[in-house]
Order: sequence, then C-alpha cells, then structure tokens
Amino acid sequence: MNTETQDNSLIREISAEKYRYGFTTDVHTEIIDRGLTEDTVRLISERKGEPEWMLEFRLKAYRHWLTMEMPHWAHLDIPEIDYQNISYYADPTVKKEGPKSLDEIDPQVMKTFDKLGIPLEERLALSGGVAVDAVMDSVSVKTTFKQTLAEKGIIFCSMGEAVKNHPDLIRQYLGSVVNYRDNFFAALNSAVFSDGSFVYIPKGVRCPMELSTYFRINAAGTGQFERTLIVADDDSYVSYLEGCTAPMRDENQLHAAIVEIVVLDRAEVKYSTVQNWYPGDENGKGGVYNFVTKRGLLKGVDSKLSWTQVETGSAITWKYPSCVLQGDGSQGEFYSVALTNNWQQADTGTKMIHLGRNTKSTVISKGISAGHSQNSYRGLIKVGEHADGARNYSQCDSLLLGSDCGAHTFPYMDVKNETAIVEHEATTSKISEDQLFYCNQRGIPMEQAIGLIVNGYAKEVLNKLPMEFAVEAQRLLSVSLENTVG
Amino acid sequence: MSAGKNYIDIFSGNRDLIDKGSAGAMNALRDKALDCLVRNGLPHKGLEEYLHTDVEEWFEPDWGMNLSRIDMHVDQAQAFKCNVPNLSTQLYFLANDEFAASDTAQKAQLPDGVYVGSLRQAARINPGIVEPYYGKLADMDRPGIAAFNTMFAQDGMLVYIPDGVVMEKTLQLVTLLQSPVDLLTNRRILIVLGRNSQLKFLLCDHTLTTNNFLSTQVVEIFAGQGSNLEFYDLEETHNANRRVSELYISQEADSHIEADYVTLHNGQTRNTVFSTFAGRGAFLSLNGIAITDREQHVDNMTFVDHRVSDCTSTELFKYVLDEQSTGAFAGKVLVRHGAQHTESQQTNRNICLTRQARMFTQPQLEIYADDVKCSHGATVGQLDENAMFYMRQRGIPEAEARMMLMQAFVGEVIGHVSLEPLRDRLNRLVEKRLRGELSKCEGCRACR
Repeated sequence: MNTETQDNSLIREISAEKYRYGFTTDVHTEIIDRGLTEDTVRLISERKGEPEWMLEFRLKAYRHWLTMEMPHWAHLDIPEIDYQNISYYADPTVKKEGPKSLDEIDPQVMKTFDKLGIPLEERLALSGGVAVDAVMDSVSVKTTFKQTLAEKGIIFCSMGEAVKNHPDLIRQYLGSVVNYRDNFFAALNSAVFSDGSFVYIPKGVRCPMELSTYFRINAAGTGQFERTLIVADDDSYVSYLEGCTAPMRDENQLHAAIVEIVVLDRAEVKYSTVQNWYPGDENGKGGVYNFVTKRGLLKGVDSKLSWTQVETGSAITWKYPSCVLQGDGSQGEFYSVALTNNWQQADTGTKMIHLGRNTKSTVISKGISAGHSQNSYRGLIKVGEHADGARNYSQCDSLLLGSDCGAHTFPYMDVKNETAIVEHEATTSKISEDQLFYCNQRGIPMEQAIGLIVNGYAKEVLNKLPMEFAVEAQRLLSVSLENTVG
Repeated sequence: MSAGKNYIDIFSGNRDLIDKGSAGAMNALRDKALDCLVRNGLPHKGLEEYLHTDVEEWFEPDWGMNLSRIDMHVDQAQAFKCNVPNLSTQLYFLANDEFAASDTAQKAQLPDGVYVGSLRQAARINPGIVEPYYGKLADMDRPGIAAFNTMFAQDGMLVYIPDGVVMEKTLQLVTLLQSPVDLLTNRRILIVLGRNSQLKFLLCDHTLTTNNFLSTQVVEIFAGQGSNLEFYDLEETHNANRRVSELYISQEADSHIEADYVTLHNGQTRNTVFSTFAGRGAFLSLNGIAITDREQHVDNMTFVDHRVSDCTSTELFKYVLDEQSTGAFAGKVLVRHGAQHTESQQTNRNICLTRQARMFTQPQLEIYADDVKCSHGATVGQLDENAMFYMRQRGIPEAEARMMLMQAFVGEVIGHVSLEPLRDRLNRLVEKRLRGELSKCEGCRACR
C-alpha cells in the first residue's frame, strides 16, 4: 500500500456526521411576509409593542443600512444573500384561537426545548442550576428563575420585556458598544432585531447561578436577529452561557446577532458560547450563516471580560468577539476552539483594543480543519497612544486533518505606544504521527486516538468553560470528528 | 487616481522618446504595462497591501524624469568610498537609472557565456538572453509598481550566468542618485542563474545630493535548478528619498537563495518581495533589518508562494524604531494544495524606542496542505529590562548597555550574511547608526 492511499484510508472525509438537533417543531408560527422595507421595521416594532424611541432607533439604523454594501474582505466564499427573500419576524408563541394567559407556553415548544436538553420547568433544574432565557425564532419563550434573581436585584429578561420595563437602562446602554454604524450586519440587526436577553447585575452582586440564553431557529425562510445586552455594574460578577441550534434544511438561514457587554469598575463577566447551528450536509448544502458582532466595553478600572467560544456549527461563521479595554488595569481574554468539517467555512478571531493604562489581553485560538473546510483566524491587537504598559499575548494554533482543507492565520498588530509588549505566535501542523502511533500501540483505535488528541489540543480552551458546557463541548468535538478516519 | 493619470498622459506624450532611449525587448512590454496601470492605478492606502504606505501620494509632486537620456553628471568616485573593506567586488553603477561599469569591472575577464552589464545594451545586441525573462515574473496586473516601472524603465542591469558557472567575485551594484532637480528614476534589474550556478550580489542604494528623489526598482530573479544566490539590498539614502522596490523570485528545484534587505538610512521606503517555488527541494531565507528615526518610514511586505512540495522558507525581520518613525511589516506565506512537506517559519520582532514610534505588523499564513510545519511569530516591545539591569550592575553605562542590546537584537539578522567582510561592515554600520553617528554612508556629504 503506498503512502497516498494509506493516508486516504486513515483520514477519510466525513460522510455521515450526525447532527442530532436537526429536527423541526410543528408549532403554529406567525411569520410576516418576506422582504425588508421601512414598513417591515415599523411592523416588527409594532408587533413588539415598542415605544416611539425604539422605533426611531430602528429606523435610523435601517436608513443607514440602505447606504451600506456587504463587505467582502473576509477569507470566505459567501453566496449572494437576497435580503428581500428573508422573513424578519417569526413568532411561535401566538395562539391560534383567542388570547390565553401569557405564561402559557405551547406544549410543542416546551417539548422542543426538553428535547434540546434545556429544561424550562424550574423544578426540573438541578439545585443551583442555570437560569435560562429560551428564544425560538424571533421571540423569547420563557425566562426561568426570574424571581430568584430579582431578589438579588438582578435583571434577567428578554430584550422585549426590558424595553418595556427598564427603558432607562436600555436607552443608556443599547448601541453604546456596537453602534448601528459599526458594520453592515450591525446596521441590519439594529433595524430588525427581535428578542435576545438583557442582563443587569447591580453593584456588588455576584450572580448566584449561571445565566444562559438558548437560541433556536425553527421556522423556514426566516433569519434570526437577536440582540443581547449585558451590563455588569461596579464590583459585580456574572457568568453567561449561550447555546444555539437549528433544524436541518436545504436552504441557508441567516443569523445576524449583536452582543453588547458593558463592564464597570472591578466587575467581571464571563461569556461562553457553544455554537452548534446546523452546519449543512456533507455536500455543503444548507446550513446557517452565522454573522455576529460581539463586543465588550471594559469601561471600569480593573474590569475583566472573558470570551470563550466553541464553534462547531454553521455553514459559515464570521465573527470576532472583541474587547475594548478602556478602563485602567482592565483585562480581556479570548479562548476559542473552531472546528470546521465538510464544506464549512470560518473566519473568526478577536479584536483587543487597548486604550487604558496597564491593560492586559490574552488570546488563545485553536483551529481544527477537516474535510474540504476552510478555517481562518483573524485578530487585531491595537495599542492606543495612551495605553502605557499594555500587554498582549496571542497564540493561535491550527490543526489540519486531511489534505483538502485549509487553515489560515491573519493577525494584525498596530502598536502606538512604546511601553507596550505584544507577542504573537502561530503554528500549523497535522496530528503528530508519533502521538497516533503511541495511542495505537496501546490499543486505542485510530478514530478514538484522533478524538483524544484533538480534545487534548483543545483542552486549554475547554478548561475555561463552565462544567456543564465543557462536557457538551467535548462531546460535540468528538461527534463532529466522527468518521474522519477509517 | 489623479497621479497615475498624469503619468499615463506623460507616457502617451513621450512614447517615442522612451522607446528611443531603450531597446526592443524592454519596449515590447510597455503597451501591456500601460493597460495594467490604466486598470489598476498606482497603489494607494485603500488597498490592503498598502494600508500603511500611500505610494500614490509619493507620485503627486511634479517629478523630473530623464526620458531623453541626457547625460547627467554623477560622481562615481563617491561610490568607491562606500567600498566594503577586504571584500573584493566587481563594481557597477546605476547612475540615476543609467548603467555604467567601473574601470576594473570593464577590464575584468568574465567566464564564458556570462553577461554582466547594461540591460538596454543586452536587449539591443543579444535579445535572446533578455526576452525569455524580462517582465515574465513581475506581475503587472496586481496592485504594485511593476506596471509603472515597465512603462518607464529604459535601462538597468542584467546578470546572466549560464549553467554550472560559479562567480567567485561578488558583484556590487551601487545605485547613485545625483541631480540638480527633484528626480524620479526607474531602474530594472534582471538576474538569470543557470543550473548549478552560483552568485553573490550586493546592491547599495545611495543618494549624492539633497534633492527629493523617488525611485522605483523592479528586480527579477530566475534561479535555475541547484543554483545558489546571495542577494543583499542595502539602503543608505537620505530623508527626502522615496523608494518603492519590488523583488520577484522564481526558484527551480534544489535552488538556494538568501535575500536580505537592510534599511539603515532612508526617507520613505516600501519593499515588496514575491517569491515562488517552482521546483521541489528549494530553500529561501528572507531577512530584513530596519533602523529608523525622525520621520522615516519602512514598510516591508513579503509573499512566499509554496506551489510545490518539499520546499523550505524562513523569514526574519527586525525593526528598531526611534523618534517619530514608523515601521510596517506584512508577511504572507501561502502553502498551496498538494505542497506537502513544506516547512515555513516567519519571525518579525520590533523595538519601539519612543512614544511616538509606530509599528504595524501583520504576519499571515494561508495553508491548503496538511503535512506541513508552518509557524510565525511577531513581537513588539522594548529592550529587556532584566538584561539592562544585569549590564548596568556590572558597571556598563546605560547608553552603552542599550547600544549593546540593540546591536545584539539586529545582530541575529546580520548573522545570516555569509560574506564575512560584509558582515563586519554591516555590524560597524549598524553600530554607528545606533550611535547616531551615521546619517549617511561614510564619505557622502548629502546628509540632512
């Protein structure tokens, strides 16, 4: 057997990767007509019963969006997106006959979240469990543990509710980190955004449980445009988790979200994502386009924000969770594992903008490419003129499984202060033959050995995840790699 | 686009003059080059590759060009003062952009089949060694200066080494800029190495008068199978000099190239290197040093294309930035599908000495093959405080300690130079430069 065929039999393309969240829920969903005009924006605002200022916010963004063009600089091959062929609002909570109690949720929807492993019944959750805001299509279905949290003064609710109940906070912070002018998708989201979560942690409060939002796309022909805003007041702490899945469809669905985080004096926010949108089939058909703007403003002194992401899903992932290190002594962290398989594409990384003195940032990125996928790390480390003593360390490693995939690294370093120390390292290689041989020799079959090595490779990042997520993420990595070897 | 437009008009209006001052093989590509310039314009800040250097802006002033090839006096004797002690070289000049050989070089007996001389002359008398190579590597259709240079270049240097010939003596080309008015020059260098041939080539870039200068330089290197080349490009010009250079390399199997860029004194500099591996087992070592102060600007961009398997490339670029100077480095390594067993390593390290100094660095890897070992690293920082402390503790004055550390910092790159006399000379020049004593090459009076 020559080496070529041996290689091929060792690392075979994935033919039947299992996506176990690919089911659809048959629930009555009210979907507005496809297309995007000023009337669509007004209609969404009206459906959500929003005040005038919110509508103005949306319209301003919409008018700006009209002047923009979709950017093409990423290392991605994005088919033309017809923005007029998407429905921008789908509500699965509207009842067919007559209004009932607001708290009553369609049993089908409840079942869906049960099936996804997201218990919406508080009594079912383990003690000290996770408070969940469950969002299906454009609407938040239920937020658990609201009462428990409210006792501590913590606000955790859907964005829709927050606009009604906490207009002052929303007006103060919405768009303060990601302005609607920021980029094409930020403008689009600001115009048509639907539910997402709003979190406010008051001064000195340590959030007693993990907060979590679970996003689910269900309806066909729609996109999801949620918006999340987290404000951590002085000396507070919160750990926030985000999960997402979508049904298997031949069409591509667009997910263009915005996440804004404001961290005040000495506060700390941990934001973890396990992204598992439908990645498309083995021929690259279908899948979600995940174009998200995530940014944290570390406004306060000694504030801390940590992004951890495990990206295994989506046909195309295009996002850069970022930190604006404005407060003196603030710290930003970014830990990422991005796995692409089959025909998936990812262009992801982070931006660390050092503005305050003695700010620190750490970037650890692990890319894994298999099949015919393309996986890029793109990151910016910017040190402003006044950021004395800024310190950055970035490391991005890429692992290649198979000879038809690609791994790319595009770091940018702009340093305008002589006291800054910025370091970047990147390596690209395939799995070491020695490690595989060692495992095989001890009776571990090839597939398991690869899983083991990949998990070990990603460990540095997985360790940063809260326990519930880490288990899920490890499982996801091994499922995504199933059948990569024969 | 306006600056580019002006030159398109100048070109169209003076086409006959340009052709007359040059030769067939060079003239043959001018129409294609014009098409490319009309289509792409001059490189500007809006392009990702030129984010930190607005080359188009450099072309905006009203530059003089010596299209009619008037004999401009250039004091060649000045260049001899830039000789490398103990290094015996064959010395040639590009005076502004006109080729000349030193007396000794004229008398020198070259091995059979070797041509070292004027590119224009070669194109006239022996087009067979020019036509197959000239303009074949320089990609005129991508953002850059190749199209502009091809339109206007009238002379340059050709080095043609046939199969199996080993050039013992180092060839030294000194480019001298001397003019009573502000001048734009376009020079072209073509190096063709046959199978298993060897060459050492040193290019020194100098200015002799204090005028504003803008020079475009395009170098094309064809390295035949098993050939060996050492290529050094040393810039010591002045603050009013602008230089935009492009180096194109194509390497056949088992060839070995060492190419170093040293920018010791300059105004605004942009160097671009495009290198392609065309045969297996080839090796490229690409290095650079930039030491800048005042408003100086150095931007090095490299693009290494691993098209075939089993090739190795290493890159090491180091910058020391003082006062308000700016540095930029962008290095891209592309490993194409099937280019297995590629090894590539890229390092960029930078020291900013003042608050106003700026550094932009952008190492990039684009990899489409799995059995490869690629890495890159970049740092921006200051001198190691521990090392400083250690030295001061042992009684070394602060200024001296800084000097030693900086010298050691760039010394790593100089260590790649295999010609010992040149290495010594570079070490000395760097030391003088760091002490602030060298505002120009020794013996030159045009410093500002």
